Amino acid sequence: MIEALGQFLAITTVYATPLIWASLGGVFSERSGVIGLALEGYMIFGAFAAASSAVVLEASGWGAWGAWPAFFLGGLAGMLLSLLHAYASITLRADQVVSGFVVNFLAFGLSVYLVKVFFHGAGQTDTLRHAVFGRWGIPLLERIPVLGPSVFATYPSTYLAFLAVLGAYLLLWHTPFGLHLRAAGESAGAAATAGLPVQRIRYIGVLVSGFLAGLGGATVVLTTTGNFSHATISGQGFIALAAMIFGKWHPVGAFLASLFFGIGTGLKNLIQLTPWARDIPLDAILLFPYVLTLLVLAGFVGRAEAPRSLGQAYDPEVR
Amino acid sequence: MVREFFVSLIALFLGLLVGAAVMLFGGYNPLEAYRALFWSVLTSPYQLGEMLRESTPLLLTGISVALAYRAGLFNIGAAGQMYLGGVAAAWVGIAWELPPVLHAGLAVTTAALAGALWGALAGYLKAWRGVHEVISTIMLNWTALYLGNGLIRAYLLDPNQRQRSHFVAASATLDSPTLASLFGQARLGYGFVLALLALVVYAVLLEWHTLGFALRASGLSPGAARYAGIPPGRSIVLAMGLAGAFAGVAGATEVLGVFHYMGIAAALPNAGFDGIAVALLGGNTAPGILLAGLFFGLLNYGAGSMQFVAGVPLEAVRIVVAAVLFFVAVRYVFERWVGVRRPAE
Repeated sequence: MIEALGQFLAITTVYATPLIWASLGGVFSERSGVIGLALEGYMIFGAFAAASSAVVLEASGWGAWGAWPAFFLGGLAGMLLSLLHAYASITLRADQVVSGFVVNFLAFGLSVYLVKVFFHGAGQTDTLRHAVFGRWGIPLLERIPVLGPSVFATYPSTYLAFLAVLGAYLLLWHTPFGLHLRAAGESAGAAATAGLPVQRIRYIGVLVSGFLAGLGGATVVLTTTGNFSHATISGQGFIALAAMIFGKWHPVGAFLASLFFGIGTGLKNLIQLTPWARDIPLDAILLFPYVLTLLVLAGFVGRAEAPRSLGQAYDPEVR
Repeated sequence: MVREFFVSLIALFLGLLVGAAVMLFGGYNPLEAYRALFWSVLTSPYQLGEMLRESTPLLLTGISVALAYRAGLFNIGAAGQMYLGGVAAAWVGIAWELPPVLHAGLAVTTAALAGALWGALAGYLKAWRGVHEVISTIMLNWTALYLGNGLIRAYLLDPNQRQRSHFVAASATLDSPTLASLFGQARLGYGFVLALLALVVYAVLLEWHTLGFALRASGLSPGAARYAGIPPGRSIVLAMGLAGAFAGVAGATEVLGVFHYMGIAAALPNAGFDGIAVALLGGNTAPGILLAGLFFGLLNYGAGSMQFVAGVPLEAVRIVVAAVLFFVAVRYVFERWVGVRRPAE
C-alpha cells in the first residue's frame, strides 16, 4: 500500500508537470487581459517541435543532452504560435475566443501534417531512445521514505517547473513589470491613462504564455511519451486552463491546482499498473477537475473572479 | 448581405491559398490536391451522398453556434451537447422497443432534450451565477465526454466489443433506402433531411417568430431588451437550451443515421468545433450556414481523395479550416475594402 502510494505520487508529479507549465502560461496571458484558450494549441506545437528536434539531435550524436535544446525549442515553438494569437487578438482586435480556437485548430492540423511530411507519411515521430530526460535524485532529500523517491528523484523539467512557479510569483507580484501586466488585464483603460503601453504588455503576456505552455508540451514528450502523434496532447491544455481558474489566476494557486488535477491522470495510469485500483470509476475521476472548476466559478465552492478587462480588445482610439 | 457574402468568399479564398502554401512547403502540388479534393466528390452519386452525410452534423452544429451567437452568446459547447445527444439517442434506440417511425422520432427528441439540458445548464450558470459561457461550455464539453463514456460503459456497452455500445434497433435508425439507392448506397438518410428542416426552423424562428425577436434583441442590446420587457436571464437559458437541442440532434444523426452505435471516444467530436467555423463563415444566417456547412463537409470528405490521389496528408484540410476561420475572425480588416458598414456599438 505504501509502495503504491509512492508510485502514485511519482506518477502524479510527472503528469502534473506539463499542467504546471501550461497553467503558469495561462496566468501570464489572462492577467494581461488575453484569454488563454490557445494553451492546448501551444502545448501541441511545443510537443511537436520538441519531438522532431530531439530526433534530429539524437541522430547527430547529442545523446541524452539532446533533450535540453529540444525542451527549449518546444518553448520557442509555442511562443511562435502565440504570436499569431497575439497579432490577431491584440493588433487586429479579433474576437479572442475565435482567435484562440484558430490557434488550436492550426496547431493540431499543422503539427500532424508536418510530422507526415518530415517522417515520410508516418503518423508519429520516431520514438526517442536517448534524447529524453532522466530522473535526477536530489542528495539527502531523495532518501526520505515514500516522498523522496517519488518527488525528489524526478525529472529536471519538474524541478524547473517548481522554480518557474516561484519566479512567476515574484515577477508578477513583486516587480513593477508584474504590476503593469496585471494592470493591463484588470483595467486596460486606466493602465493606458497612466501611460502604460497596454498592447505591448499584452504581447509580452501572450508570448510568455506561449513559451511556458510550449515547455509543457515538450515535457510530455521528453518525460512520458517519447514521441509525438495526434494523441500526445489531448485536452491537457484545457485542464491547465481549468487549473489556472481553479487557482484563481495566481501562480501558486495554479501550481497547487495542477498538482491536484494531475491526480486524475496519475490514477488513470496507476489503474493500468496495479490490479486493486481497477475498481476506481475512471470516468468519474476524469470529469472531476472540470466539475470542480465549474462549481468554483459558480460560487458554490469558494469564489473565483477573472481579471476585469479579460477578453476585451484594447482600442487606443476608443475612450 | 451581398457584400458580407463576398467577405466570406474572400476569407474562403485566402484560406485555400494558405492551404496551398502549406502544401507547396511540403513538396506537394496544390492544384492537383485541390482538383482531387473538389472534383472527385462530384464524380459519382456515392461520393456526393457521402459528402452530404459528412455535412449533416456540421449544418446542425452550425445552427447551434449561430443561434446562440445571434442571442449574444458564444456556444463553444456544441461538441459536448452533440456527444450527449448521441448517447441519449443510443439509449432510446437500444433500450426501448417501439414501432419504426415512432422509435426514431422519440430517439431524436430525446437527443434534442439531452443537448438542450446541457446547453441550458451553461445558460443557467451564465444568467444566475455569472459564469462566462465560453468557460462553462468548455468545462461542460469535457464533463459531457466523460459522463457520456461512463454512461455507455455502465448501461449500453456491447460486452463483445468493449469500446462501443450495442447496435440500435432497426426501428430507431434514420436510414432511408430511397435516399441511399439514389446516391449509390451512400450512408445518406433522414438525418440529412432533418438538418435541412432544422435550417428552415432556424430561419423561421429567428426571423419571423417573436421568440427569435426576443433572442436577437437580447443579443443586440441586453439593456434595451430588458426595457422592452424581455427578461434577460430567461433569454440566455432559452437561447443556450435551443442551441443545445440542435447540437443534440447532430449527435442523433450520427448514431441513428450513420454508425448505428455509440462508440466510447477519447476526444470530443470534431463536428462540434467545426460548427463554429460553419456559423461564422455563414454569417449566422440559414442560407449562409447551408453553404458553409456543405463547403466544410466537402472539405472534410474530399480530404480522403486528396490524400489518396495527390499524396497530401489529410491534415492539410484542418489547416485550411483554421485559416478560413482566422480570416473570418479578422474580417473587419477587409470589410473596409469592400465597404461593409457596421452599426455603431
